[in-house]
Amino acid sequence: MSATIRRAIAGLGVVALATTAAACASPTASSPSASQAPTSSAPAAPVNLTVVGLLPGATPEAQKNLANQVKLFEEANPNITVTTKEYEWKATTFAADLAGGTLPDVFEIPFTDAKTLIANGQIADMNDQLGEFPFGGAFNPNVLQYGQGPDGHAYAIPAKSVYGIGLHYNRELFTKAGLDPNKPPTTWDEVRADAKQIADKTKAAGYVQMTQSNTGGWQLTVATYARGGQMETVGADGKATATLDNPGTKAALQFLKDVRWTDNAAGSNFNLDWGTINQAFAAGQIGMYTSGQDVYTSLVQANAIKPDIYGLAMIPLEGDSAGILGGGTMAAVKAGSSDDIRKAAAKWISHWYLSRYTSEKAALAFNQQAFDDKQPVGTPELPMFSDANLEQYRTWIKPLINVPLDHMTDFTSKIGAAKILNEPPVATQDVYAALDPVVQAVFTDKNADIDALLAAANKTAQRAIDKAQR
Amino acid sequence: MDSAQHSARRRGPLTWVRGGGLTTVVFALPMIIIFGLFSVWPILRSVVMAFQETNLTGTAKWAGLDNFAWVLSDPDLPIAITNTAYFAVLALVFGFPIPLIGAVLMSEVKRLKGFYTTLAYLPAVIPPVVAVLLWRFFYDGAPTGVFNQLLGWIGLGPFPWLNDRLWAMPSLVLEATWAGAGGTVIIYLAALVGVPGELYEAAELDGAGIWRKIWHVTLPQLRGVLFITLILQLIATAQVFLEPYLFTGGGPNKATLTILLMIYNYAFGASLGSDYGAATALSMMLAAFLAVFSLIYFRLTRSWSQS
Repeated sequence: MSATIRRAIAGLGVVALATTAAACASPTASSPSASQAPTSSAPAAPVNLTVVGLLPGATPEAQKNLANQVKLFEEANPNITVTTKEYEWKATTFAADLAGGTLPDVFEIPFTDAKTLIANGQIADMNDQLGEFPFGGAFNPNVLQYGQGPDGHAYAIPAKSVYGIGLHYNRELFTKAGLDPNKPPTTWDEVRADAKQIADKTKAAGYVQMTQSNTGGWQLTVATYARGGQMETVGADGKATATLDNPGTKAALQFLKDVRWTDNAAGSNFNLDWGTINQAFAAGQIGMYTSGQDVYTSLVQANAIKPDIYGLAMIPLEGDSAGILGGGTMAAVKAGSSDDIRKAAAKWISHWYLSRYTSEKAALAFNQQAFDDKQPVGTPELPMFSDANLEQYRTWIKPLINVPLDHMTDFTSKIGAAKILNEPPVATQDVYAALDPVVQAVFTDKNADIDALLAAANKTAQRAIDKAQR
Repeated sequence: MDSAQHSARRRGPLTWVRGGGLTTVVFALPMIIIFGLFSVWPILRSVVMAFQETNLTGTAKWAGLDNFAWVLSDPDLPIAITNTAYFAVLALVFGFPIPLIGAVLMSEVKRLKGFYTTLAYLPAVIPPVVAVLLWRFFYDGAPTGVFNQLLGWIGLGPFPWLNDRLWAMPSLVLEATWAGAGGTVIIYLAALVGVPGELYEAAELDGAGIWRKIWHVTLPQLRGVLFITLILQLIATAQVFLEPYLFTGGGPNKATLTILLMIYNYAFGASLGSDYGAATALSMMLAAFLAVFSLIYFRLTRSWSQS
């Protein structure tokens, strides 16, 4: 990646998603008209399009729902044949798939990876296709910018809900431990106390975090932001500097150390990544953990969680500069794809990801299908277009919402006021990778020296940042 | 006809074809093509890539020795080398004698030999990933974990297994030994069949017991096989990847970070995989080391294995 691009990302920096939230909170934000059904020029010849499907291990109901959506799409677009492929974005497998050419034509990427993929010429320019959609201009520009190249063209399309990280908790374990499931913790001290009570009373892990495949660093960044820390700072020259040894990270690690070693409330398994922690949580082995607010959908589809046990709370924020790490998923098309593939891809992205936000008919059709197939409908999300649009969308689907929203009010009532922060802008995954061992050390070594561990991790991260900025 | 004329006719193309030369080539061709395409070509590409900066999509840039310098200055490299050597030593201590003892004992067994052989080989039939996932379940560090419960019955544990710096690597070696022993046992059993029975008879006439027969007859007769399996094991352990990748991802806190895992992390650890150059540079260095090591090994052991 060129230094220019890196500087551009850095310049957008921490404020972009914060601006997103601010824009979304504005009641005057423009909303696409419900009558503006997505349109796109059709491929000239019959096209076989491969797209990402569900997570590996998705329930039969989820698979049936996807199959039905594919059928609806193919009926509406007779010259496009869609083949779905199981897909779970993982830092450690995505690059292999990308390099090996085994990704489907349409695939999903995190917001933060889009700029690098564009700079590397690894995803197709979708600007022509985007312009044909009525809602193309109605994206919140602060969301759309993640997928735009230095030429201003749209390459990656905002696809899945923009999220903030939430505190997920098991209401059943709360009750068993004598805690009130309607009063989740609001400070880190309360999280620690509740975790200890859960561990003491139920033998489950009270609180634990992900540790592997860069997710340890990801969630440590969440905990750092919640305490007002930052993993990188960007100087006036646009150069990023690693600040992994900031007070927020130290406090976050000390918290983990206390939960693990003083309270013995973190359980006994510290080989956890995004998938395995979800699995353990759904199985009732974990009282609380942090992850994206939208993880409920996956917990149902891949882990068959019982809705009654699920609760979502706001992460405790301490200090004026504290905020919530945000993110989201974009849809991208392989570089070098033909015009027809890109046209077909735009139609699919529109149908599968976006049409529900712009057309009541599509919103109802999509969610009715999901509802009939017992899939989660109405999982909380941050607005992708505007606050008004999200409200409108949720009004459309209100009769179909089947997720336990009353178990999520702590989060949904507070998220609007929270500052949403971006991931570290430069060498993001390398920074996370440098932090994984630190989290593992704190969980597995009673005498872990937090200062020394962070000093070493900071050097590793700075090395990667310097290389990325060369 | 003089001998020169005779020789010329013998070397002619037609004679070569009639002599089966073409058939040999035709039979060998699929193997040569497959080997060339899937082994030689990737190796050559790797050598080139070690001197490039590439993301495999755009145009590669020549990077000189930058990738090698980057790898050699990585603070994780000494950790990975130490861990890999530690794995190799542990695998040698546990993994080398166990199959040998097993094979010798099995060769002495008169009844149910097939049953024991099947039992020993069974782990080799289980797909490695499945085996690791199974053992990961066994290694649950909670008191209710399978191994911890079993050991608890005899008053041991609970042990943290994969969740502790000291325990993690031996836990990996234990599974690797279990998984790999079966194949080696079969090799030893086959070699044992080749040991002439007269040698045992002679030893018995000289009053040798079972241990003396093993020490003075079996082991010397297996010497060649032992040297080969030893070097194969050393090369395999230097390239250990599956166990640390699937069990621990190199953790906790780099306790099981091996050279191969480091190569993988260079190439694929960051989601956008920008370090294929560093990955192939480290691969080249490892390959060079193993080649030199193998040469020295064979040079040192040549006289022993032939005597």
